[in-house]
Amino acid sequence: MKSISIKKMLCTACGSCETICPWCAITMIHGIANIDLDKCTLCGVCLDACQTGAIEICNVRPSSLDSSAFQDVWVFAEQKNGVVQSVTYELLGEGRKLANALKVSLCAVLLGHEIKSQVQVLIARGADRVFLVEHPGLAFFQDEPYAKVLIDLLQRYKPTIFLCGATAIGRSLAPRVATIIDAGLTADCTGLEVDPETGGLLQTRPTFGGNVMATIICPNHRPQMATVRPKVMKEAVADFGRQGELIVEQVAEALLLSRTQRLRFETESETTVNLSEANIIVAGGRGLQTPENFQLIRELAEVLGAGVGASRAAVDAGWIAYSHQVGQTGKTVCPKIYIACGISGQIQHLAGMSSSDMIIAINKDEEAPIFRVADYGLVGDLFEILPLLTREFRKLLKS
Amino acid sequence: MHFIVCIKQVPDTSEIKIDPETNSLIREGVTAMVNPFDMYAIEEALRLREAMGGLVTVMTMGPLQAETALREAMAMGADQGILLSDPAFAGSDTWATSYTLSMALRRIGDYSLILCGKQAADGDTAQVGPGIAAHMDLPQITFVRQIERISPTGIVAARMLDDGSEILESSLPCVLTVVKEINTPRLPTLKNILEAKKKEVLHWTARDLDCDFKRLGRTGSLTRVLKIFSPPMRCQGQTWTGETKEMIQALMEKVSEAIFSAKSK
Repeated sequence: MKSISIKKMLCTACGSCETICPWCAITMIHGIANIDLDKCTLCGVCLDACQTGAIEICNVRPSSLDSSAFQDVWVFAEQKNGVVQSVTYELLGEGRKLANALKVSLCAVLLGHEIKSQVQVLIARGADRVFLVEHPGLAFFQDEPYAKVLIDLLQRYKPTIFLCGATAIGRSLAPRVATIIDAGLTADCTGLEVDPETGGLLQTRPTFGGNVMATIICPNHRPQMATVRPKVMKEAVADFGRQGELIVEQVAEALLLSRTQRLRFETESETTVNLSEANIIVAGGRGLQTPENFQLIRELAEVLGAGVGASRAAVDAGWIAYSHQVGQTGKTVCPKIYIACGISGQIQHLAGMSSSDMIIAINKDEEAPIFRVADYGLVGDLFEILPLLTREFRKLLKS
Repeated sequence: MHFIVCIKQVPDTSEIKIDPETNSLIREGVTAMVNPFDMYAIEEALRLREAMGGLVTVMTMGPLQAETALREAMAMGADQGILLSDPAFAGSDTWATSYTLSMALRRIGDYSLILCGKQAADGDTAQVGPGIAAHMDLPQITFVRQIERISPTGIVAARMLDDGSEILESSLPCVLTVVKEINTPRLPTLKNILEAKKKEVLHWTARDLDCDFKRLGRTGSLTRVLKIFSPPMRCQGQTWTGETKEMIQALMEKVSEAIFSAKSK
């Protein structure tokens, strides 16, 4: 917990903090700035305005937790170009279970610009309440403003659990938020459960390259924050008959200041589905032998509407961009179906894909370790197998 | 310019197993290495120093043995090392780790850019980089794949998001976390290895940092590991050999339904 105080020796009662405070929480009383702690959100704007350094925000951690002050389950509604991303529906599906177990409300927090149309979707997917913050400065994700706006909301509404997707955005945003509000944060969870005895959140995640599973708790701090690995949890089913409450939040301009500015955005040049969102991934490795042969992977992926993945060997050989690399030094993915073609399955690669629902492996070496994790394995020449398989799948999906 | 690289010594995760008797990690005999992502951060700092002039400091928090990781970075060319080692730091979660590192950065004071690997290969959390930025109230650019330009006051860098590349401009000082694509780390030369032995590694304990002792180590950590266990074994799969056509037919019988439902989503 943070607290704010005035160093009386330094305050000159110049009034600059009073003028700038977005919450009208500061008044000059007897020649000294006075902060109304009920109105103050600890946004810190006054710190920059104070010329004499008389305002201080310091951490005061509660010695014991009054968990009754923290109630609801919140999820961060990740949106891109004004559209809520499917990982949000997975968070709402999982959040619903947790909220029911705790007998509290499930809330979604949506930041963006002109995105009110998405509120109905969040309610349909299970949100009892949607906190909407709209501003041109929030149109797309930016670390600093998004973090500041969320911190403000979390401190005022005090949820007991706050979930984000373990996407690039979630994994950039959540640690920044958690650090500032003294919240425990567990990364890339694949299992969440309410401890029936303590009411605390049991957060399970793979660690040590997937060789070990760990269950993490956060006993004395709220909210309990977690990022959740995409594609692991079931999406909440949409029911457009559901009713929910919309809470529109005004945002103080001061919270939107950012020292980082987007100059441009370059969409991934391969037209395929992005890996973290893909239900099916077709991945190629050293066994493809040449960059041209990667076309076989792309063709199969296209038929299946799949994302294209690659082993480190294929990326290091320059056959495909790094953004497609799956494994320890690349991305961790969890699709419904992972098709590994010409990938031997070194442990670093397995670390990035072994939690996929179904693994299909094609490799000429019967001893390749990929077959030890594969549900179905084809031992043979992939140059013969892939075109035939692509044809069969095309037939299947046309019918 | 002063470039500071925060690195971590990690076990070779492919060797990590759980002792089924005690249900604890078997750490004996496991090779220690510099976290792979941190190698790219070290390399990038060296390249920036070569282009801009200045100093590269590598810093790590860990047991005394972690000095080996600093020596490795210095053999690549880093100018100095700082080892944060104290029993009080033991058991730190990412909150307490980033707090301790940020307190050391405050002591260093004159940094321009702080570089970290995207995540550590043992914990895989990716939380310490943004955690440092938050503790220090600095801007952050995560998952950096390329630095386009840098000056003493600002930086333009491209970061890898899920659907593409975002090019950002930031003021300095700033915290970067980098991905593999950014460069290919150099190998230490014999000359650098010999020189590294003469370079200084500073040892700082909790008392050397102007920090709140209640925020360090296990006491300062907000999360606790309740238990660890081995991941569920995947069921023994089915492998076919022989005629391509027959194999494909056998596979199609098994997976058609799953493919159909995964595609239709």
